[in-house]
Parts: sequence; structure tokens; C-alpha cells
Amino acid sequence: MLQSLRQTWFFNVRGDVLAGLVVALALIPEAIAFSVIAGVDPKVGLYASFSIAVITAFAGGRPGMISAATGAMALLMVLLVREHGLEYLLAATLLTGVLQVLAGVFKLGVLMRFVSRSVVTGFVNALAILIFLAQLPEITGENARVLVLAMVAVGLVIIYGLPRITRTIPSPLVCIVVLTAAAIFLGFDMRTVGDMGELPDSLPIFLWPDVPLNLETLRIIFPYAVTLAVVGLLESMMTATIVDDLTDTTSDRNRECVGQGVANVGSGLLGGMAGCAMIGQSVINVKSGGRGRLSALVAGVVLLVMVVFLGEWVAQIPMAALVAVMIMVSIGTFSWSSIRNLRTNPKSSSVVMASTVAVVVATHNLALGVMVGVLLSALFFARKVGRLLTVTSTLSDDGQHRSYQVVGQVFFTSAEAFLASFDFKEALDRVTIDLNRAHFWDITAVSSLDKVVIKFRREGARVELLGLNEASATMVDRFGIHDKPDAADAILAAH
Amino acid sequence: MSNASTSSAASPGPYLLPTGKVLACLDDSPYAEAVCDFGAWSASRLTSPLSFLHVLETTSGNVVGGRNLSGAIGLGAREDLLEELATLDEQRSRLAMEGGRLLLEAARTRAQRMAPELEEATQRIETRQRHGELVDALVALEPETRMLVVGKRGAASAGDHGHLGRHLEQVIRTVGRPILVAQQVFAPPKAIMFAWDGSPTARKGVEMVAASPLFRGIPCHLVSVGTDRPEAREGLAQAQRTLEAAGFEAPTALVPGNPDEALPRYQETHGLDLLIMGAYGHSRIRRMILGSTTTAMLRSCRVSVMVLR
Repeated sequence: MLQSLRQTWFFNVRGDVLAGLVVALALIPEAIAFSVIAGVDPKVGLYASFSIAVITAFAGGRPGMISAATGAMALLMVLLVREHGLEYLLAATLLTGVLQVLAGVFKLGVLMRFVSRSVVTGFVNALAILIFLAQLPEITGENARVLVLAMVAVGLVIIYGLPRITRTIPSPLVCIVVLTAAAIFLGFDMRTVGDMGELPDSLPIFLWPDVPLNLETLRIIFPYAVTLAVVGLLESMMTATIVDDLTDTTSDRNRECVGQGVANVGSGLLGGMAGCAMIGQSVINVKSGGRGRLSALVAGVVLLVMVVFLGEWVAQIPMAALVAVMIMVSIGTFSWSSIRNLRTNPKSSSVVMASTVAVVVATHNLALGVMVGVLLSALFFARKVGRLLTVTSTLSDDGQHRSYQVVGQVFFTSAEAFLASFDFKEALDRVTIDLNRAHFWDITAVSSLDKVVIKFRREGARVELLGLNEASATMVDRFGIHDKPDAADAILAAH
Repeated sequence: MSNASTSSAASPGPYLLPTGKVLACLDDSPYAEAVCDFGAWSASRLTSPLSFLHVLETTSGNVVGGRNLSGAIGLGAREDLLEELATLDEQRSRLAMEGGRLLLEAARTRAQRMAPELEEATQRIETRQRHGELVDALVALEPETRMLVVGKRGAASAGDHGHLGRHLEQVIRTVGRPILVAQQVFAPPKAIMFAWDGSPTARKGVEMVAASPLFRGIPCHLVSVGTDRPEAREGLAQAQRTLEAAGFEAPTALVPGNPDEALPRYQETHGLDLLIMGAYGHSRIRRMILGSTTTAMLRSCRVSVMVLR
């Protein structure tokens, strides 16, 4: 017990505390920006980031991962907030948490294996694009003043320029401090965080959402909660994979699902919006030396303390500074290599990635994009595997008996090709179909075999099938590849 | 060790397997030489192959990478970071592997000098490295292991006198083989003692000692801690008969006090070189109550200890 505490909490105290501080400073502008996206007061996002970061530090399954209020989730709640108000958002957040806990309890984390690499890349890229697009209102239209654009530009120069000089202070923080100071001292008249709504003035308090507890409420929040739960878990699982890769360690997926759920329940009860793991912040955390649970805890606590006690100053931060930070986040989230790989990757992968991005950007719904991506990858896979089918044949010397050899996979996509490979017009006495090296995966395959047999019979040939039992062994669902490697070998090897 | 000579033929147990290697776990600590010597001595007496193991621990405590607190992420931030961390890990792993190989080679040479017969075809010395946690590596190698030799403390905690190594307790609880916990200095044992508590584990242990060639010919004191009662005397006498039947010189003693004080005192007054005792019980609750005796003994003992399962 003590040992595991040391292994997940206190093995890297210095690194975790420093990284937690860096992350806390980066979380503040993001939480505010995402609140703005969702259309709620900044304090909703800040309370959410605090409670989610702190709760996942304890309950999560992936040490070193940072969870808080996120853009992906904020985008999904815009309509709910606009039509029904904040209290319904809190109720939906609670329900989201409950659904996620259930997903964890029923071990749905394993479903992630159906989400291919291309879909993940598409999701991440779409997210980056959405975060970027969400910044545009601040720098276009009536807000597009030279002053604002100049501020954003200066901010970006600081963010990307400063690390070339020193890597000991967070450059986004310097950007915010410098721009805020400039705005105050030079008396610029520009939109600030304070104009966006209320900031936290106290520690969060426990509050049951003020909504009527009836079916009508459920009808309103349930669809949102489902989407939020799905997207939250998707992004969390993806981020967990990224942190796994970066740190060369493993994580507990189902515990992470439960952890995300508990965190959202907590967030909803403390007046926060739903959130999930953050790709950008987790990368920043690992980059800054954070590895253990401590860094998320430090990040959450420091965030709240800073915001509560420095609220006055936080309100003075010009939106332009936030925009600069968020542009950095979107650039850092985007998978740059995926663009380079477009040319070299298989076309089907690129199509899956691009479709995921396109659907998300068009609908602002990451769940929809992932669904399209998963469907497309499944279809492409089915098409590819369907090509693994060859039918050869030999004719006996007297020309009356033809033997067909079927090798490969027969299922719904290849059934037609299977049918087409027999010559029914040949006048034969006997037909032998050797299925020993074929695999029949579904009902479509079996019915197409029936068709072949009937057609031959109608032409007057006697049909003999060899090895049908072995070939249809794959029909049985759950033949237990995981617990019995031999079973898979036995079935898939040439019989 | 042969099964035939044990008196309880009912459950010979895996530790009586006549085959298997002596597995000596090395790391870069002051205990390495003694572990190497004990390994060579045991393998030589058991006529078993000797296997030196060095585990490259992925200590999560060792976070690699110069810390970059800039908090800025640019294009390809993830790819760059992955590349950076992978490169650092690679360098560290290579260094650790190289260091481990040198350690293993040194151990092999030392063992060959000490027990030249290990060179012969029937026995041999092998060296191996594994990544991961020590306990995991030992569990993976358990089927081919006859006996385990470990240092009392590893490199990480070599200086904490009066404490046990980070892994020792876990190793003893997990690995079902006799474990020799070595002190920093090795000398071939001239006289040893067996901590007798009358438990089934102890009875089994005495049978193992009697059956094994490991301590054959070395006087073995049977020492029990507690009040002088006829049952205790009877148990001791029975154990004594088992050992004497196997040709051991086996004086008995019944001493008062706490095991973790009385036993080391007895050991010091009689100048005994090695202590044999039973390990943690199997049930969780038993472990919590009784297991602490084993740990306390290991901690307070100034000589090497053989823990039997």
C-alpha cells in the first residue's frame, strides 16, 4: 500500500510539482477560453478544471495525464446552454459522469480497439481545427482591430520565441503577463476576461443542479450526456495512449473510465462543466517532467488558489492574450506528421482521417466524426480482406468432373466474388468443391455456398463438398482467440 | 536433493525438484560479491547449473529528460517529445545494459575461480539480463529455478542499515523457492542454525535440509524460542532425529525471549554462520500477524539467512 503510494504519487516529487505549476498556469487561459466557447461564465470552466484535475489525480487510471474542462466537450454543450441554461448543463454533466462510470464498470474501455490510428489522428486534428476556429470570433468581424491583431501577434512571438532564450519559465504565462500589463498601463480599451462573465470569488461549493427531477429533464439532458460521455472517454483514452507512448508505461483503461466519470460527477456537483483528458496539457505536463499523480493534483489546486486570490488580475487579461495561447494549443494539438504522411499512407487510411476531420468540422460533433471514421475503417478493412479469396479449378481427363479449390475468406464482401468464380454453364457430371482452406465467416457466405450447390444441381451435376465443417468453424462467434491462442491457430491454419 | 529420502512422501513440493538452477540476483551493490560467492558455493554443492541474473529496472522514479518548463507546444510537439524521450531512454538503457553485462561477466569469472567444477558439462554458468521489476523477472524464471540467492539490500537502499531492500519482502512472498538472503561478506558456512517453531513450514524445512546436499556435513543447531514445555521438547527431538538420520550433527536448544532477539543472540554466542527459517505464511491475515516475525528476523540478523517456503 505504502509502496504503491510511493510508486504512483511520490517517486518524482520535484518534477511533478514543477510540471503541475506549469500546467496550472496553462490551464487557466484554456478553462476560460472553453467556458467562452460553451457560453458560460469563466468560473464554470475554472471550477470544472479544478475538480476534474484533482479527482482524476486520485481516481484516474493514467498517472501523468491531465484532465480538465476541454474544448471537445465545450463544443458539444453550446446548444444545451443556449436553450436551457446553466443548470441543465450541470445536470447533464452529472449524468455524463454516471454514464462514464458505468462504461468503466462494464469495461467498455476495450471498445477503443475499434478506433483505428487514422480515426484518432482525425479526431486530434479536428479538435485542433475546432479550437482554432473558436478563436476566430475574437479576431474577426468587429473585434478585428489592428490593436487586437498586434496583441495576438506579439503574444505568439513571446510564446514561441521565449523558449529559445530560456526554458525555465512558461512562455504562455509570460505572454499573458506582458500583454495584460501592456493593456493596463497603456490603457487599451479591449475585451478582457472580465467581460466574459463571472470569475470565481470563492472556493467551489457543493450544489445540486436546480432542475426539476422529471422525465422531461432527462429527455433534454440525456442525448447531450451520451455524446459528452462518448467524446470524453474517446479523448481520454486517446490521451492515455499518447501518454503511454511518451512515458513507455501502461495504464488502466477501465479505471480511467471510472475516474473520468467520478470527476464529471464531482464537477457537476461543484458547479463545473463536463470535461475530459487534454491532449495538449498532458503533452505539456510530460514535457515539463510530470509523470505521477501528484502533477495533476498540484495543477488543480494551484489553478484554484491562483484564480480565487488573483481574480481581480485575471479579469484584466485581454482576450487577445488568451487567443494567442489558444492558437498555440491548437497548433500543438494538431498532428503535423499526419499531413506529411498523407502522401505515403494507404489511401484508405487518409480517407478515414480526412473524413473524420471533415465531419467534425462540419457538425462540431466529435462523436459523429469518430463514428464515421470507425465505420469507414471497418468498410475499408472488409473490402481489403474480401480480396483474400482465390478459387482455382481442375478438370478431369474425361471432361466430366471439375474440382474447385477455394482458398481464402468468404464473407459478405467477398460472397459475390465467390459466386462469380464458378462456371455454371459448363456441362459436367460431377463437381467437387474443396473448402479445406476456405473460411466461411457469416450467413452470407453460407447462403452463397448454398446457391452454388443448387445452381450446379440444376445444371445436372452432382456436387460434393470437402471440408465444410472446418471451413465454417469460423462462423461460431467467440471462438476464443484471446484465452486460447491455439484455437485461433487451429482454425486459421491451413487445415 | 532427492525425493526418496524425505520422510513425508505425501507432498514433496516444488523445492525438492532435483533439477533447476541456482539463480543469483546481482545488482550494482556492495552485496554483489557475496551473492556471487554464495551462488557459486550453492551451485557447486547442489551440482546445479548457476545462473546470474541482472534485472534492468524501469524505475519510474528515474524520470529522464532535461525539464522543459516553457509550457509551449508547437507544430509536431508530440512527435518531437516522443523522439526526445525515446532517445534518452535508449541511451540510459544501453548504458544500464552495458554496466549490467560487465557486472555479470565479473561474476562469472569470480564464480569460475571459486568453483572450477562449474565449468564442466553437467553444470554451467549462464548470465542473463531482463527488463522490468525484479519480482516479475523472478516469477518468470521460477519454473527453472531451484534456489534463489539475493542480497539483503539492493543498490537503491544499500546504505540503509537495519532496513531491508525495497524488493526483498515481496520476493520472499511471491517466489516459492528457497531463498538465500546474503550479507555483504561470504565465507563457507562451518556451522548453521535452524529456527524451529514447530509449524508445518518448519517441519517441511527440516526435511528439506535433511534431504538436500546443500548443507550436508555442516553441523546444524536446532533452536526453538519459547517456554520449556514437553511438547516443545518433543518437537525439537523429532526434528533432531530427522536431521541425525540424514547424517547431520544436530544439537538442540530451547531459549526464552522474542525470536528476533533471542535467535540472533544464540547465533552470536555460538558463532553460527547462517540461519535457516520458514517464510511468511500463506494466508493474508497470517502474513499480517506472523509475517512480521520473518521480516524482523531478516532485519535484525547479522548473518546470511536462508528462507524456506
